[in-house]
Amino acid sequence: MAGITADKTLDTSGLNCPLPVLKTKKALEDLQGGQILEVISTDPGSKADIPAFCQRTGNELLETVEEEGKYIFYIRKKA
Amino acid sequence: MPSERFAIIASKGTLDWAYPPLILASTAASLGVETAVFFTFYGLNIIHKEKIKHLKMSSVGNPAMPMAFPPSVKKTPIAGQLAGLIETLLPGPPQIMGVIPGMTDFITSMMKKTMKDHGVASVEELVELCKEAGVKMIPCQMTMELFGYKYEDLIEGLEPPGGAATFINYVLEADKPMLLFV
Repeated sequence: MAGITADKTLDTSGLNCPLPVLKTKKALEDLQGGQILEVISTDPGSKADIPAFCQRTGNELLETVEEEGKYIFYIRKKA
Repeated sequence: MPSERFAIIASKGTLDWAYPPLILASTAASLGVETAVFFTFYGLNIIHKEKIKHLKMSSVGNPAMPMAFPPSVKKTPIAGQLAGLIETLLPGPPQIMGVIPGMTDFITSMMKKTMKDHGVASVEELVELCKEAGVKMIPCQMTMELFGYKYEDLIEGLEPPGGAATFINYVLEADKPMLLFV
């Protein structure tokens, strides 16, 4: 596991494109700038889609962890 | 004036073809791009209060459709084995099967079940997500009149009905316009 402490966790397990991205965007709205969101996804498409979302929206993707068919993303909200 | 505008023309009203415009629009808006969908011809059914609940699809004229049984059916003992056998024998539902009464409803319900099993959102959910993400949804004035749809027959939260010229002008005003036809 990454040594990152998230301020909020979003579990999108079982959901498919485009729901992980849409829910990530919504979850980030509840956070303050600089806070960290942890997103759990089982959608293989999110491996590329979450980084694309972060690149586009200026939120920082700190780390991606892959384990047992799960992708865990740590995203720091844009200040 | 936003520098980028992503616009989609949704012209089809079957269950399968309702997905691409809604998925792309909700995602683009979530990525912070100003996004609009122009619903024209059968695409109007996607934003029609009643018709959105009954979008269907058919095997007829749809040879690309795979023979896909919902995972939950495939896990059932006997029905699952039968489904597996049919899938091995046939690449898709034979066109001729489309004439059997009730086949369209059957195929539609199988597709809905498959999508649910795979965690794919329903059309109604995606329309709500589009609204939440700020997608501008514009019904086509001309086809509304052609089909006899009134503005109040359509779902809440839409832009006023518009014409082709208004829509194209709206898209091309941006520095980076993008237009997609579905």
